[in-house]
Amino acid sequence: MSKRMIAALAALAVSGGAPGAASAQEVKIGLILPYTGPGAELSPNMDRAIDLYQKLDAAQIKPFKLTIIKRDSKAPNGAAAKVDTQELLTQEKVDVIAGYIYSPDAIASAPVITAGKRLAVIMNAGTAFITNLSPYYVRTSFTLWQSSYVMGEQAAKYLHAKTAVVAYTDYPPGKDALDAFKYAFEHNGGKVIDAIPAGGPGATPDFTPFFQRAKDEHPNVLFVFVPAGDQATAVVKTYAALGMKAAGIQLTGTGDIVPDNMLQGMGDSAIGLITVHHYNADLDNPQNKAFIAAWKKAYGADATPDFTSVGAWDGIAAIVHALHATKGKIDDGAAAVKSLEGWKFASPQGPIEIDPQTRDIVMNEYLDQVYKGSDGKLHEKVLATFHNVKDQCKALAIGPCAPKK
Amino acid sequence: MNAVADIAGIVLGGLAAGTVLFIVSVGLSVTMGLMGFVNLAHGAFAMFGGYLIVLAMNRAQYGFAAALALGFFGTAALSVVLERFLYRRLYRAGELDQVLFTIGLIFIFIAGITIVIGPEHQTLQLPAALSGQLNLGFIAYRTYSIFLIVIGFLIALGIWLTFERTRIGGQIRATVDNRRMAESLGIDVDRLFTITFAFGSGMAGLGGGLGAEFLGLDPQYPLEYLVYFLIVVSVGGLGSVIGVYYAALILGVLNFALTLYLPKGGTIFIYALTILMLLARPRGLSGRKEQ
Repeated sequence: MSKRMIAALAALAVSGGAPGAASAQEVKIGLILPYTGPGAELSPNMDRAIDLYQKLDAAQIKPFKLTIIKRDSKAPNGAAAKVDTQELLTQEKVDVIAGYIYSPDAIASAPVITAGKRLAVIMNAGTAFITNLSPYYVRTSFTLWQSSYVMGEQAAKYLHAKTAVVAYTDYPPGKDALDAFKYAFEHNGGKVIDAIPAGGPGATPDFTPFFQRAKDEHPNVLFVFVPAGDQATAVVKTYAALGMKAAGIQLTGTGDIVPDNMLQGMGDSAIGLITVHHYNADLDNPQNKAFIAAWKKAYGADATPDFTSVGAWDGIAAIVHALHATKGKIDDGAAAVKSLEGWKFASPQGPIEIDPQTRDIVMNEYLDQVYKGSDGKLHEKVLATFHNVKDQCKALAIGPCAPKK
Repeated sequence: MNAVADIAGIVLGGLAAGTVLFIVSVGLSVTMGLMGFVNLAHGAFAMFGGYLIVLAMNRAQYGFAAALALGFFGTAALSVVLERFLYRRLYRAGELDQVLFTIGLIFIFIAGITIVIGPEHQTLQLPAALSGQLNLGFIAYRTYSIFLIVIGFLIALGIWLTFERTRIGGQIRATVDNRRMAESLGIDVDRLFTITFAFGSGMAGLGGGLGAEFLGLDPQYPLEYLVYFLIVVSVGGLGSVIGVYYAALILGVLNFALTLYLPKGGTIFIYALTILMLLARPRGLSGRKEQ
């Protein structure tokens, strides 16, 4: 062994023995998002939010230094995400895992997360039962049950609809959206007359045949869930092109069909749409005003964050909180998770909290309607606010959230 | 509404989707028939043209017709460059080499578009005259679908007339039937290749833009629809415009009806039918006979 190597080893031993003593303690965050494939357009929204948090709230992060190690989850089927998770935990030895845009990514990675015993913050994936799959999962995004349940309730109460057709992307969160909407709508006197599986998350289908079928059934409302992104624009345009509005069918959905960053591209077809979601860029609260202003300053006047950005923003805030609460020992997964149980945060979407029982987010849901503002652009106005909405799938313990027998 | 209107809706929706497939695939059929070249990257030309059209409208404020012309000629020009420098070297290569080359080209296009334009979906903004509903008397249907069906019919008719009634059409038919003989009669086959390749690619580009309303437009486009383009060409028959037109319309209507009635995986029947069809008529609906 050469002298230089011995010196290097000695230096390593010293620096490893006294973390954060002289320089900032480095914390490695493994970030898993689809950088290629059909979800690639969603990743920049989240990357930008994470960069922005580090820039704006640098004082909050001190004395720690966040190192983000990015991995590509590719197609929304979980295969690559699982490999990424394993590689990040065993090779890169990250302290925390974060990300997961698509539910199959988080579902497939759950056993690896459990074995790796590190905190994993879900920043987007919204299938309700995911947090049951590993005790190290904490979610800062949403569940489809939160928005779809409220939408089902309001379709009956606010829109006075009697019948509904549901069209959903055929994978776990789509099934959640269907179940939640149907449960709430039918408990409030409505009837779901048809449920149409409309393709998978991988590619944007031509929605014409699905919506044609819905139109021929003459429901009062058409409730749609698709993963935000490309598919949302296609949904709104097809709804308009088939003349469903004139036929008296109101399009509703989760906020996934009107993502803030795509709203302007939808044109006037989007005006009047009614959705339920936990975030829209027009929300009137000081955190959101500051968030939007900072976003436009950093990324241009035409750039708009959307709910995926907020999920990432809150996720990084959660990780920073856990860092301080564990005094830097965030690699102790159990302690990190414990520090986040009951954590409260003033998010751009309004006040949020992590439910200590389920490790899932508790937040406000907003009944929104799209309108054209005096500036000629499309905006969303809040028709009603529902405070501290919990995930009803786990609260009611039904379907895939029921305790295993 | 009644059953007649429902069925009319299916037929019109399917014909419109089929027309898009026809416009994109017709070039593939002709170039495969003419040159025996397996150009899997044909969909990449469609995507390129689609991007030209949509970006010209959204970013450079082109009108719809001007953007379509740009898409056609822009894609044709690109294809001539690629044909001269790359494709030409592989005309005499084995089929596996051609497949590998064109699949590679697809990935280059996907990565290129992702880097230069971005991974996000591009939206076609239709002119006001083409959006909305058109009242046909017995049913009100999407104006754009009807516009597409008419355009597709005119294109099919135009290409068919060119093939059957003009000198260059005769030369193309002669070359498809027997290349050596055509060459020895003094037909400049190289020039013919370039012209048809450019035209076929231009049509694909046009189809990419016209069809963006149905097929969408993002960097994954050439892989997403490759199978459909190949089905249309193999069922229609290589080098046959009319065969490809029928095949595309049949595929469009069947796919639409199956998706509507059996939204969960009804489309597998398309593949089953394709296999049966090719077992019964290996050269397609009206493929030209083997020499």
